[in-house]
Amino acid sequence: MGADAAGSGAPIERPEGRYLHGVPDADLKVVGKPWRKIDARARVTGQTRFADDLFAPRMAYCKLLRSTQAHARIVRIDASAAEAMEGVYAVLLGKDLPITFGILPVSQDEHTLCIDKVRFVGDPVAAVAAVDEDTAWEACRKIVVEYEALPLVTDVFTAAATDPEAPHEHRIHDYGRLGNFHRQENLEFGDLAQGFGESDLVREDFFFFEGNTHLPMEEHATLATFDPDGKLCVQSSTQTPHYLHRALAKVLAEHVPAHKIRVIACPNGGGFGGKSDPFSHEIAVAMLSIRTGRPVKVTLTREEVFYTHRGRHPVLMRSRIGVSRSGRIKALDFETHLDGGAYGSYGTASTFYTGALQCVTYHVENYWFRGARYFTNKAPCGPKRGHGTPQPRFALEVQMDKLAVELGLDPVRIRKDNLVPANSLTANWMRVGTMALGRCIDQVVAGSGFLDRWQKLPHGKGVGLACSSYLSGAGLPIYWNAMPHSGVQLKLDRSGLVTVFCGSTDIGQGSNSILAYVVGEVLGLDPQDLRIVTSDTDLTPVDLGSYSSRVTLMTGNAALQAAERARDLIAPHVADKLGVPRNRIGFAKGRVFDVSDPDQGMPFADAVQLAESKLGTIGTTGSYRPPKSPARYKGGGVGPSANYSFTAAVVEVDVDPETGIYTVPRIFVAHDIGRSINPCLVMGQVEGSVYMGLGEAMMEEMSYRSDRFGVHKIPSMLDYKSPTTMEMPELITWLVGDPDPNGPFGAKEAGQGPLLPIMPAVANAVFDAVGVRVDEVPITPEKVFEGIERARKGKEPRVGPTKTPHVDWPEARKVRTPWQGGTGLEVEREQEELAAARANGGASRERRGD
Amino acid sequence: MSPREAPDRRKTLGEFRVNGERREVAYEPHRTLLEVLREDLDLTGTKHGCELGECGACTVLVDGVPVLSCLTLAQEVEGCAIETIEGMADKGELHPLQDFFAELGASQCGYCSSGFMLASKALLAQNPSPSRDEIRVALSGNLCRCTGYVKIYEAVELAAKKLRGEPCEPSRECTHGR
Ligand code: FES
Ligand code: FES
Repeated sequence: MGADAAGSGAPIERPEGRYLHGVPDADLKVVGKPWRKIDARARVTGQTRFADDLFAPRMAYCKLLRSTQAHARIVRIDASAAEAMEGVYAVLLGKDLPITFGILPVSQDEHTLCIDKVRFVGDPVAAVAAVDEDTAWEACRKIVVEYEALPLVTDVFTAAATDPEAPHEHRIHDYGRLGNFHRQENLEFGDLAQGFGESDLVREDFFFFEGNTHLPMEEHATLATFDPDGKLCVQSSTQTPHYLHRALAKVLAEHVPAHKIRVIACPNGGGFGGKSDPFSHEIAVAMLSIRTGRPVKVTLTREEVFYTHRGRHPVLMRSRIGVSRSGRIKALDFETHLDGGAYGSYGTASTFYTGALQCVTYHVENYWFRGARYFTNKAPCGPKRGHGTPQPRFALEVQMDKLAVELGLDPVRIRKDNLVPANSLTANWMRVGTMALGRCIDQVVAGSGFLDRWQKLPHGKGVGLACSSYLSGAGLPIYWNAMPHSGVQLKLDRSGLVTVFCGSTDIGQGSNSILAYVVGEVLGLDPQDLRIVTSDTDLTPVDLGSYSSRVTLMTGNAALQAAERARDLIAPHVADKLGVPRNRIGFAKGRVFDVSDPDQGMPFADAVQLAESKLGTIGTTGSYRPPKSPARYKGGGVGPSANYSFTAAVVEVDVDPETGIYTVPRIFVAHDIGRSINPCLVMGQVEGSVYMGLGEAMMEEMSYRSDRFGVHKIPSMLDYKSPTTMEMPELITWLVGDPDPNGPFGAKEAGQGPLLPIMPAVANAVFDAVGVRVDEVPITPEKVFEGIERARKGKEPRVGPTKTPHVDWPEARKVRTPWQGGTGLEVEREQEELAAARANGGASRERRGD
Repeated sequence: MSPREAPDRRKTLGEFRVNGERREVAYEPHRTLLEVLREDLDLTGTKHGCELGECGACTVLVDGVPVLSCLTLAQEVEGCAIETIEGMADKGELHPLQDFFAELGASQCGYCSSGFMLASKALLAQNPSPSRDEIRVALSGNLCRCTGYVKIYEAVELAAKKLRGEPCEPSRECTHGR
């Protein structure tokens, strides 16, 4: 793009910059202020065009026929009656698109439409394009599918028990480990025997976290348009246009090459992870558009959104923890069993995530993680806000509470004594930078009066404390490559307009605005005056997508680099013109000027013209890739991040001991944000996370009838309970932290971390109120009541699982901890590396000898 | 399909008063108000999250009363005064509710916002100074998955103040935390 003087060859791991975390708040004009979002006006006037708001001339409507069986072979499928209907333009069946896809390279296990078997109720088997939706529905109903039922698997125990020798049809997929295991991971850091040996107290607890779903208000929709010139444009409610682009290019390889496919992510009406996979409906409408030569749109019904799912995995957990008398964690042996549903989705990453962040909040000296993911005949699970980490976080935080009670410590002390120090490595080689969890805890404890109330409130009332951490973006992309994770291009116009191009997708979190704030700050422009062009694979440089809380940090850093390069292009020419040294040129309030004499200067537009006269068209690029992680062992790719956010929460509950029905009057939450780029948007992310966590804690669950063919019990918004205004408590929020060197202007994530402590804090508060341990999520009144009843009958007042499935784990990959002198590699590979180094060293000596 | 079982899809001609304008529409009689607004009148600011009366995203005002347009047959409201989000701003000037929803980020993805703002407008017309609990009750039929409702309450309260002619600055706690 034009004269990109500094455009290539610069290191991309971190933008070298004057405008990083070190700048004091007072010197910032844009960053740190509660600006309204640049697209706020469109959002409140109904002008924002979501995918289903798009209509095109000659547009056809698509509907999918979905499986009524949870696990069955397709014996026969006959679409002739549908094809013959008036108003039907095309019918697509599985065989029309034989190439598989999937979000992760290791699990390309989905067909656009099932070919020979279906794996859950709701699996798409056919797609129709017709003149209107009603006709498309009617046509779907005329497609005859004959199924032959296969053995049904709806839980991890049945999945684990699948006989590996059994006939092939007992398996849901024929890849992955044997039977219905998808993954089995076994990682050992340090010396567990020694850790447990040194422990004064060892606890073993079992926990279960039920699956739940994103429930974005917007149902997924896609409009595909295939032009006569052979170009395909797909506009979709997706959080990951780049990955959708890749999936379309793969599946449609015979029909349209990658460079002729354009994916535009529409503004998402909420995502929360549920629009992060490439989906069958997106590929089906693309193919139907190719077939019919018409634009084709599909909009899922709410029921279909439940089947599309990719939400929170149900996870069964066993945690054995060893601590000293004073509560120091000596050893943690943590086992997770993920009920993955019918497809791989992000499941491999999810499995590792259930073991990745345990050691980031509290120092764990020796750590053992084993995780298994199973295929079952249910809607596929995937990433939901917190991706794989809320389940183990729930277990760990409840277990910390139990430890505190058992050791006669308080829940504050035991946490604070175990805090991971700032700028340190964890047992599993996660690098923690700035860390203000201690301050978060102090804030919520003081603000809620926790210590004066814990164990002191009247029966029925309780308070609970829990903490969490989350990553600001995954350290690795989902497919291996050495390219940047985020790219930004700036185009500077003679009018003074700066256009920012970036592949990121605004799902409501405000990522478009973040680009404007960062560039506006550096170039001294009003963020509302910039033009932001995003999420269009034809126009914008790649950003990997709106997931893993990566967008502010990564696009922010890329935008920072691009903007600083633009300054560097312009400043010298203004300096020459003013006759002052370069380093005296400043950018603010739409002007470029001499900082020692601010009246000497010119409007930004004049400065651009000056530079353009000397250099030609003015544009710059910026890129970002997270720093290399010291976790070099296999499996260490999941968990590392440029920085981690931290959160502490105190939840109040009011339980009716007669019924178990409880309310949550207030929640106190403190979040370590590093530095807020826009505190008002951060507040919104924190509040939304707490709300969503509360829904998971109290009521949300995906439930299926295992007795009736694995049918989802409640695929509707009425029956799938989520918090309304009546359940949402008063929320008191603090933003704390110090600017983190890896974040743009010191920022960390805010959209996921604050969800995590809510579920365990509710559980701990219920225990404080009525002495009942509900070691399961959701913590429904029925379960609280059951616990109260058990107590009355003199039984252990606990509700929760008591066992995990038997797994023949593969041999552990052993990794020495940093304090054992490890290198971040498996012991085995350490030795190989050493041997290789020795051989190399020998070779180079020989060469020198020559 | 024999002619006997073919559904009758012939259109009827109806007249609607939408956002103060008279609009004539030829539409299939089984169409809901939601469908007529979005697909026949191009007013896509009205959203849908379920089309079953469960989420409130499709809320519009009919003679000033919030109704779920997904559960309302268009035929039922011919001749009534219908207000959608597109009619809320006055000649480009935002309604105070819109202004504060924008200001505070009470509209994150914005998908639920038209329903919330119209329901709030009906509330404020009836009750110019609602308590927080009254706001909760009035908005309990609208789901929002993004905001946790916190900023929505604040925006409604500030808009109410503005409409009453009182000072209406967002608190620092609302935008920066305590
Ligand atoms: S669309 Fe959900 S209530 Fe009408
Ligand atoms: S702002 Fe996204 S659903 Fe309310």
